[in-house]
Parts: sequence; structure tokens; C-alpha cells
Amino acid sequence: MPSTTRPRVFSDGRPAITQIVTARLKHLTKLMLAALAVVMAFFVVASPAAAELVAQEDAEVTEVTGTLRAKDADGEDIFIEGVTFVVSDGSGAEVGQGVTDVEGVWSVQLPGEGLYTVLLDDSTLPEGVDLRNPDKNPLEVDVNEGASRTTLFPLGEAEVRESTSIEIVQLTVDGIKLGLIIGMAAIGLSLIYGTTGLTNFAHGEMVTFGAMMAFLFSVTGVNGFTVGLVFATILALVVCGIAGWLFNLLVWAPLRRRGASLISALVASLGFSILFRYIMLYQFGGRAKFYTDYQIQSRVGFFGWFSIAPKDMWIMGISLVVMIGVALALQRTRAGKAMRAVADNRDLAESSGIDVELVIRWVWISGGALAGLGGILLGLTESIGWDVGFRILLLMFAGVTLGGLGSAYGALVGSLIVGIFIQVSTLVIPNDMKNVGALVMLMLILLIRPQGLLGRSERIG
Amino acid sequence: MDISAIFDNTMRGLVGEQFVYFALAAIGLNIHFGYTGLLNFGQAVFMAAGAYGLSMMVVTWDLNFWVGVFFGIVVFPFILAVLLGAPTLRLRADYLAIVTIAAAEIFRIVVRSPSLDRWTGSSDGISGFARSFYDLSPFDPGSRYFFDLFIGNQMWVVLIGWTVLAAAVFISWLLVRSPWGRVLKAIREDEDAARSLGKNAYWYKMQALYLGGVFGALGGMLRAIGTQSAQPDNFITDVTFFVWVALILGGAGKIMGPVIGAALLYAILNFTDIVLRQGVESSYIPESIMSGTQVGQVRFMLVGLGLVLLATFRPQGILGKKDEMALDDR
Repeated sequence: MPSTTRPRVFSDGRPAITQIVTARLKHLTKLMLAALAVVMAFFVVASPAAAELVAQEDAEVTEVTGTLRAKDADGEDIFIEGVTFVVSDGSGAEVGQGVTDVEGVWSVQLPGEGLYTVLLDDSTLPEGVDLRNPDKNPLEVDVNEGASRTTLFPLGEAEVRESTSIEIVQLTVDGIKLGLIIGMAAIGLSLIYGTTGLTNFAHGEMVTFGAMMAFLFSVTGVNGFTVGLVFATILALVVCGIAGWLFNLLVWAPLRRRGASLISALVASLGFSILFRYIMLYQFGGRAKFYTDYQIQSRVGFFGWFSIAPKDMWIMGISLVVMIGVALALQRTRAGKAMRAVADNRDLAESSGIDVELVIRWVWISGGALAGLGGILLGLTESIGWDVGFRILLLMFAGVTLGGLGSAYGALVGSLIVGIFIQVSTLVIPNDMKNVGALVMLMLILLIRPQGLLGRSERIG
Repeated sequence: MDISAIFDNTMRGLVGEQFVYFALAAIGLNIHFGYTGLLNFGQAVFMAAGAYGLSMMVVTWDLNFWVGVFFGIVVFPFILAVLLGAPTLRLRADYLAIVTIAAAEIFRIVVRSPSLDRWTGSSDGISGFARSFYDLSPFDPGSRYFFDLFIGNQMWVVLIGWTVLAAAVFISWLLVRSPWGRVLKAIREDEDAARSLGKNAYWYKMQALYLGGVFGALGGMLRAIGTQSAQPDNFITDVTFFVWVALILGGAGKIMGPVIGAALLYAILNFTDIVLRQGVESSYIPESIMSGTQVGQVRFMLVGLGLVLLATFRPQGILGKKDEMALDDR
């Protein structure tokens, strides 16, 4: 094994020599510290608000009730919020209305026993969700006194609009969207690997963390205050950047100083992954969540080839701008050049006067913020769950490995290919198994071209 | 607080079914990681290979129980080892880590998929394959055994488990002190040196991956028999980390390390679990801090935290020697 050629920051944590390139970055670090204090104060007051609400009702009331749920692409339950049910009695007079809450539950209290009709107002159903049996709406139910009658309105899968689109074009567009999101989240993963040699398995949790923070700021609210999703996203990105900085400061920098081996750092990152993941499950609960803003939008068609919701256009636009920005920053700015230099050859970079630790710090900060942004965009287009980050982590690995581990541009190219591959593969394999294709591709790449498309072969040992 | 329940639960962790399943899987992982230095993060898939090998053969294809056992222990782990090992064993260690985790995720997605329900039972899993095993039980299902810790059927599983475990310890002891085992250690210490002495490192690593997988499959199969069902949730990615913590806690690269580690891990997990559960039930812990479902999540956090602390502060665990640790010399 030619182990000398791989980046070995973890096994020789020498102090920096000079700081020519990086004086400007130092000043920014001080600003970050001040911002940190503010955000931490925010957090202390915010945490009780995140506790799950438990409704306890076991009084003997006569009611009709139900839970409205659908299956998402992974076959997990998602609960549909904001759908109106209208209950009328035998004479056709309206008895009451119920609206489903965050967990898809609705109920309407009834004056007494008898025959009622329940009508689901299908204009309140979100885009892409339809009743599986439209002829069973309205539904007639017979309710006994003091009983809670449960109704069932099965929902179909989100429909693929074959009539208004060419399927392969539609899937490719969806794939580009997914690939852009994966790529954005994966830049940090690749740069952290490139600069420190660490395979950071906890990177997926930074993605989840970003989505959860934006949810906290925009939906749950902090001390009852909520902000719009756009502003919540900016806040969440600041928090994610700080989280990345803290993670490096408190964990990885001390480990590098102690000269911990790459493998023990890898195992520790796996430990952090599982620890953070279950802390998020503990704090936010296991059910999929949705941002309330920009949720229901009608899709815009393009030449009858494909259709796309406006928010998805924004997602793609934002990702593209961010990615081009990152690429330009890496190519043109002093800090970006320093990052690439450290990723390329740490010792040479250090001896030419770059403060390697400072560069690594900024890689963690920007990597954390980019991962968080990826999480928010993913949450906006799909759903927010406690383990989305871990699932997308493996897709990131697939993208990064395909593009070439350690190379930032490789991460972009590889992720786009993975995203498109995942979506287009649903032409052949069932939708709930679409990620399998990407993971199998990961194995095949390693078999055929382990250094990836843009990577260098000496990295792979 | 019910002290006797706390004591019973902790004892069950120390010697009970979970200890047996995970000690076996950790013995397998010890051959992977402790002796050969392979970063296998998909031990849960090898466990699943044992569980699904048995249950699919018996239920889906209606074969004899012992044929199922053969498939679960010998055939499925072999296929898996070749699939996982072929692309990765020539590459650096962290690629095997990524690929094995990916394999665990592939397993989860495929087995839970409703489109394969006919063969795998999707998220409900497969049950009703363990009758032949319990028919052999000499214990009365209605009474309790071993200081009243186990009911009859559990006792039978645990007794067989102890026997298999003892055999596994003995076999792995024989293997690692054989010339074959010394080659494994040489590969762990310095693969180039082993190669320069004419040893085919790739081939030895493949054998180690398969052999460790067989022990993992044994653990998984016993788990399926013990719970009388093969369910995807019992073999998700996170299960692997329980095995890892058990191994590193006891000491990787030591014969008794995985056994001691699994016993301690489950004693600790069961102890915290029952204490928290009683605290929640008796309202010592207010509902706003922790609810009943959240108690179950604490053990995962403990495992994550344990992995972090062990990897950074005591990679050699209780028994191991620091200078013999694959965690440290790469």
C-alpha cells in the first residue's frame, strides 16, 4: 500500500508556520464567534417548543375520525395536512367540518347516532395526491352513540403525468434536481476528505440538521415566533455553518492534534452519525414533516416534454447558482485556492505559508452550510425526516466516488450522474427501490475505476 | 423502583439471548477487523443472510429446516462475501466501509420493498420457520429456568446459543493461532510485508471476510429463531454498530474480547433501559423530558456515544493491547 501519498493530516498535526493567505479569514472567525453567542441563546429558549404535542382524548364522544396518509417514494408513511372533511347528516345538512392536522388526523363531533355522509374536499388535497377510489367519496357511515367511528380514505401514489410529459425527459429533469441537491451536500464531504483525509460519515446528519433547523424557524417557531422559509433558510445556514465550525473545533481539531489515526477518526464519525441521528429522532419525532411554505403549487409544463413545480425550478436555480459560486470561489479566491492547495498536497501547502488549520476550519464551516442547504432543498421537494441525511449520505458517497474522492468538481459531476441515474432507473425498477441502483453503481465503479472519473489513482491505495 | 426487575433485566443482558446473538456476530467481526483489519460495517447484512437464508428456504421455498440452516450459514454468507469483497478488498480500508454500509442500505430497501413481498414478506418479515427447532426443546414452555430468567423456549434458544458460542470461541481460537491466522495478523500489521513474503493478501482477506460472515450469519439465524421471525428492522444498518461497540469494548484482536464486550454492552443497555422505563412509568422522569417511545431511542444514542468514546480514548477496549490495534497503526 503506497500509504505515503494519501493526505495524512490526522497523523501529523504540526502547528502552522505562517499565515499570509489567511489573515482575512481570521477576522471572519471572530465574527462567527459573536454570531454563535446569539444563536446559542436562541437555542436555549427554543428547545421546549420542539417537544411533540400529545393529544389525549378518551372521553365518550360521538364522532367520526380518521387519519389521512399516503406512501412516499421510499414506502414510508407521510401524513397529509390541511385537507378538509365535511360531515353531513341524513337530511344533507352540514354537521361540521374537520381539517387534518400535521399528523393527518381529523375528527368531527356528532350530535348523536345515525347515518352520516363524509365528504373529502378534494380541492384541498395537495398536488400529486389523489384518492384511490374517487367513487367512494362521499362515504356513508353508520355511527353508534358514544362511538368513535374511524373512516378510511385510501390515497393513491403520486401520479406520474404521462399525458403531459415524455417520461424519460421528465425523469431526467427530476434527476438533475436530485443530483444538484446531492452534489451541493457532497461538496463538503469531498473537501473534508481532501483536506484532512477523514471519511466523515456524520456528514449526512448535517444535512438533516439543516432541514430540521429551517423547520424549527419556519414552522415550529422559536418562542412562538416563526419566520418565512426564505429567512428561516438563511438562519439555518448560519446555524449549520456554526455547527460545522464547532464540530471541527471541539472534536476533529483535538483529534488531529493528538495524532489519532484515520481509521479511528472514521469509526468515531460513524459513532457521531448514529448519536446525532437518534438525538434528532428524540427531539423531532419519527414522522415525516413538511415545510408549510410553497407546499401546494401547480406544475408548469414545458413544450409537453416535462412539467415542473415553480419551487422545484427555484431549487434547481439556487443549487446551480450556489454550485457555480462554489466553483468560482475555489478557482478564483485566495481562500478557495488555499483549500485546493491543502487538498492537493498538505505538506507543500503548509510550507508555502498557508495556515492549514484555518483552511480546514473554513472547509468545515462552508461544508456544513452547504450540507444544510442541501437538506433544506431536499425537505422542500420531498419531506423532512430524522434519517433523510443518512439515506442521502450513501448517494453522496456514490456521487463522490464516481466523480473522484477528494475532488470538488468530481463531487458535482458524479452527483449529477447519480441523481439522473436514480430517477431514470425507475423506468425499469420499482420506485421504492430506486436508490438501490445508485448503490450498486457505487460498487461497480469501485470494481472498474476506483479512482472515479476525475480522481487520481494514487489516492486509492 | 422495582429493584428485582432491574436486576433480572441486567442479568438477561449479561447472559441472555441478545448477548448470544451479538457475541457471535462480534466474533465474526473480530476475525474481520480484529485479526485482518477489514473495516466491515455491514455485519448486520451477514446476520440477515443467516436469518433470511433459513426463513426463505423454509417458508418461501418450503424446504427442510436443516437445509435452511445450511443455506443460511454456508451459502448466503458466501455469496455476500464475494459480492462485497470482490470490488473492495484490493482498495484502501475505507472503501470497504462505504461499500458494506451501502450493502446494508441495499438490504434494507430491497427487503422492505412491497414489490418483493412474495419472497421476503416486506416490512412484516417472515415467520413460522422455527417449529422444527422448538420441537426438539426438552424444556417445558410454561415454566421458567435458570434463576427464573428465561421461559422454556427462551431457555432452549439460550442453551443452544451458549453451546454454539463456546464452539465459535474455540474454533476462532484454533484458527487465529494456526499459520493461517498468523498470515491474517501479518496482513493487518503490514499488508505489503505479507505480500512480499508471497502471501496472496487479497485471497486471505476474502477468506477472512467469508469466515467472519459465517459467524455473523450464525448470530443472525439464532436471532431469527429466538424472535421466531426474520424482520428487516432486526437487521438494519444500525445493528452493525451494536456489534462494533461490543467488539471494541471487549477488545478487538482478543479471543474473549467480543464475548465480554457483548455481555457488558447488553448489561449496560438493559440496565439503562429498565431504569429509564421505570422512571417514565412512575413519573420520576416527566413526560416533557422523555416519553415511553423515546426510551427505546436512548440505547442507540448510547451505542453512538460509546463508539465515539471508545474510538478516541480507548481503541484497545478492556482486553486488547494498544500496539496490536488496527484502529491505531494505519
